[in-house]
Amino acid sequence: MSSATAAGRPSTALRSEASAARRRRVGKLVSYGVLAAIAIIYVFPFVIAVVTSFKTDPDATQNPLSLAPSPATTGAFRQLYQDQDFLLWLKNSAIVTLSVTFLRVFLDSLAGYALARLRFRGRGAAFATIVAVMAVPGVVLLIPKFLMIRQLGMYDTYYGMIIPLLVDAAGVFIMKNFFESIPISVEESARIDGASIFRIYWSIVLPMARPALVTIFILSFQGSWNELAHFIISAQSSGLNTLTKGVAQLASGQLGVGNRYPLKLAASVLMTIPVAVLFFVFQRRIMNVSSGAVKE
Amino acid sequence: MVASITTRLREPGIRGHEAAAGWLFLAPVIVILGLFLVLPIAMAVWVSFSDWTGNGSPLGAHAHWVGLANYRHLLTTPGLDQNNFGTSLRNNLYYVLFVVPVQTAVALFLAVLVNRRVKLVGFFRTAFYFPSVTSSVAITILFLFLFSPTGVINKLLSYLGATGPSWLYDPRGLFHVVLGQFGVHSPPSSLANGFFLGVSYWDWLSGPSIAMCVFVLMAVFTTSGTFMLLFLAALQNIDDSINEASALDGATEWRKFRHITVPMIRPTIFTVVTLGLIGTWQVFDQIYVGTKGSPLNTTLTPAFLSFNQSFNNNEWGVGAAIAFILFAIIVFFTVVTRLATRSPDHVPRRRRFLKAQPGGSAP
Repeated sequence: MSSATAAGRPSTALRSEASAARRRRVGKLVSYGVLAAIAIIYVFPFVIAVVTSFKTDPDATQNPLSLAPSPATTGAFRQLYQDQDFLLWLKNSAIVTLSVTFLRVFLDSLAGYALARLRFRGRGAAFATIVAVMAVPGVVLLIPKFLMIRQLGMYDTYYGMIIPLLVDAAGVFIMKNFFESIPISVEESARIDGASIFRIYWSIVLPMARPALVTIFILSFQGSWNELAHFIISAQSSGLNTLTKGVAQLASGQLGVGNRYPLKLAASVLMTIPVAVLFFVFQRRIMNVSSGAVKE
Repeated sequence: MVASITTRLREPGIRGHEAAAGWLFLAPVIVILGLFLVLPIAMAVWVSFSDWTGNGSPLGAHAHWVGLANYRHLLTTPGLDQNNFGTSLRNNLYYVLFVVPVQTAVALFLAVLVNRRVKLVGFFRTAFYFPSVTSSVAITILFLFLFSPTGVINKLLSYLGATGPSWLYDPRGLFHVVLGQFGVHSPPSSLANGFFLGVSYWDWLSGPSIAMCVFVLMAVFTTSGTFMLLFLAALQNIDDSINEASALDGATEWRKFRHITVPMIRPTIFTVVTLGLIGTWQVFDQIYVGTKGSPLNTTLTPAFLSFNQSFNNNEWGVGAAIAFILFAIIVFFTVVTRLATRSPDHVPRRRRFLKAQPGGSAP
């Protein structure tokens, strides 16, 4: 009895080890399967969008699932160009997005530097105000912003579309944190040499802050390119339509396109390209969570 | 070295320079914040207490003080506006109750999956995050197509032998549909005859409409990637030795997750839930692009109603009042979450500092 157990022990141990290895292998396969299935759910809609934009209207309605447009046509894209003001929307989006992005990068870094490095009375209060502002939900501000834009005579102008979007408390916060992480000794020698504060900021600190500046650039570009609500309340003339606003009007059929999904999806695909390119270019920075590009 | 620098910085001339430069550097941000945030909010507060109809300036002779009339109009005066407001709150409440738990769970699940050392992990992270970078306009159009009555989803369902609903055209509440399966089609009179904010109790219990469910799925699809990154950062901060120790102790994956991982990422869960609550109470773009509140107002949200009352119906006072009530709701939910997710051994901030510094080595 006892000898049987003694003999049995090593073999059970081996067996359990083998079964553990098998379980690990199965576990790995299962997790790959799960990952692949979810990835399909996440990617498939975008594939459908691209494919459908090359379909004809009847084809899109009858074979929404087919991945082979028959016949394949670029008609939707041509119509966007010929019948809709797509290029105008693109131009307006580009003007607003680039202005907002570069001004934000500049203003956020200026303010962040002042809050991180310069000592003056009221600094703490200024910082507290900026943090408090981060807590105000944006949708609550639609009516207030409209009232002010109109009061200032900026309604229906690029100014009204751009300047209110420069409020970027989160960006100031990111810049301040980054500047505080740079050792102060770098600036000291320049300071002793008598360089002005702006010079120190501009030619010494700013070049070192590239990672944070890129973060602000990505967030601002993506945010203002995808912005819709602010443009709805800050302008009404169709000459100032951005891509989001123009395509939103296409979507709700205001521009006489009814249920023509290839046209609408073609517009969606085209307007996604710039943010997608930005995403893939800076992918490593955006997704690299451990180095702190995206942090709570 | 440090001492000499501090004395140098304390020289009055330098300090004076610094103060001037400091305010100069901050000036653009402060001016813009004041002009487009603080003052506008003050103006909108005034409008919410006035009868302004959009003519002239709200600060001029066209607006008159009406006290709490706009708020009373929404909260205590039966009528169409109150009914719309109550309906929008109901819709958005279900949207929040469905989206926040699901997106938090999905994001955490995805983060755990892509936190393993598996091949192609970069591809999977990219795939899950990509919906987050696209605009709400583009995504809404895509979902309008996927969920159109003859669209992709219903086609897929038909392969499974099921007939899909007409999705965005279907105003039936989810709970009502389920009750209907059990033969309950009309409410007991106690639920039909009681009203809160102009909506009957029976309608408060409808659940999200089938149309709203499409927006729920869309929200989970577009935000889970963002929150996945937050969770991933938190998971990677957990010391490997803790995981190894528990593996040696023979803890199963699930026990490890439940008793080690979740407690350790508690702060991130709080962040994600809070951001989720703040975001989901503000649904606007999707509704504006997709349905404008239809069918039968079942996708109407307070944010869209506030916009519509002001910009289309010229009831600016009512619109502004809705915005501020929404603001209050968001603040309320944030505070409640804060209290609910506080860990049991929570120590108030000030005392925590003292606790951490028993020797009194504070500077």
